[in-house]
Amino acid sequence: MTDAPTLPREADTSSSETCARAPVGLLAELTHRCPLQCPYCSNPVELERSNTELSTAEWQDVMRQAAELGILQVHLSGGEPTARRDLEDIIKTAADAGLYTNLITAGVLLTKERLAKLQELGLDHVQLSIQDVDAANADRIAAYKGGSDKKREVAKWVRELDMPLTINAPLHRQNIDNLPAIIDYSVEVGAGRLEVAHIQYYAWALKNRAALMPTQEAFMKTVEIVNEAKERLKGILVFDFVVPDYYAKYPKPCMGGWGRGVMNVTPSGRVLPCHAAESLPGLEFDNVRDRPLADIWLKGQAFEKFRGTEWMKEPCRSCSRKEIDFGGCRCQAYALTGDAANTDPACSLSPHHTDWAKVAEQESHKPAPEFIYRRMGKSDTATTG
Amino acid sequence: MAEPQTPARLIVQADSVLKLPRHIKLRHDPGRGIYLILAPERVFEPDEISVEVLKLCDGERSVTTIAQALSEQFQAPADVILADIIEMLQDLADKGVVKS
Repeated sequence: MTDAPTLPREADTSSSETCARAPVGLLAELTHRCPLQCPYCSNPVELERSNTELSTAEWQDVMRQAAELGILQVHLSGGEPTARRDLEDIIKTAADAGLYTNLITAGVLLTKERLAKLQELGLDHVQLSIQDVDAANADRIAAYKGGSDKKREVAKWVRELDMPLTINAPLHRQNIDNLPAIIDYSVEVGAGRLEVAHIQYYAWALKNRAALMPTQEAFMKTVEIVNEAKERLKGILVFDFVVPDYYAKYPKPCMGGWGRGVMNVTPSGRVLPCHAAESLPGLEFDNVRDRPLADIWLKGQAFEKFRGTEWMKEPCRSCSRKEIDFGGCRCQAYALTGDAANTDPACSLSPHHTDWAKVAEQESHKPAPEFIYRRMGKSDTATTG
Repeated sequence: MAEPQTPARLIVQADSVLKLPRHIKLRHDPGRGIYLILAPERVFEPDEISVEVLKLCDGERSVTTIAQALSEQFQAPADVILADIIEMLQDLADKGVVKS
């Protein structure tokens, strides 16, 4: 539904890199159910079924444990979190435990009454995803008729309730030219933040890479547009700009460093260092049904595996940036080089970088193939205009 | 859609009266032993002076009044403090941490 979660990147409360410290954020994927079928969904390709989901009481327990562990913010995500009928109970427990609550939603299942109720129970912030400002194109990308109009209405409700609103706009070759209109839209609906999120190519997005990858020229233009708008809209709209790492020189510090600031709980209670970590071999993922959250964070095998810098190989090991970007993304390193401990090929120092960057260049200049839509159980190609 | 009101940047001045919006939470974190500002998808770590200033942004006191209070507390010239905190508050206003 949305792109990789935003991390609280201003907080840096420790200089210790090798030992665990309290996480600041919890990404709670309440369900993988979603009425939308965006072909770049950040959920894994193997979606978890609704009969495996944690119960209301189990999610409430996760919220209490998270607050005790020192987590500050919970990002209630999915799938579509509002597909859970007990979202009210989960939000109330999270807010009562002192967590800052963020609803990451596609909006289409909400009513104004329900939103007001969630606010009353302690919801602090709403992040609403949009697929485009061109309604027909947006509905085609999400494979959901009427979604675009509904989202505009939801944005209006959020502001009428005087809640802060972030618009999340995943950007790719099939909507990239509309960026100026997306910025105007965000101001018009009263958003305080806009995430201009170039697609990150894992899971569904990796399957659809050729249909999504913009050209380098188109990407560079978005940099210019965002820089201009940032200045013009200072104090009105805060920008969060996620670059596509195929066109970057250095990799992103994925998740702000493995097991360093953020943890992710899947619908069935598996605890992951990042939402794509299940794609890596050799990791053991603990479940909140079996083990306390703090214990998993501090001692879980999956968290220990790539925490800090000890696991690194060259060129990361001797690199002066190793505690800036932490070698980039493990999942991308594994998917594209076959070894999760390799340098992320997004890094220009990776021996795989040149070949890898060529892929983006080639794919972005060919006609876009049909989308493989995000669907439960099977992934098939839809015929769309 | 009805004609939207054009939003404008808040320019912090000596007579501005500021407060924290409801969704901005300044709190002391006992585990970390520091103050934190919780904001939409952000956590800020304010320095000691910012914490003192933000505690005084109550929607009643003007920036000048706050500068005077801090001038007495820290025994520093009020005009110097005023200039410093206007700059600090402008930065915080641009981040959405304070509003008028």
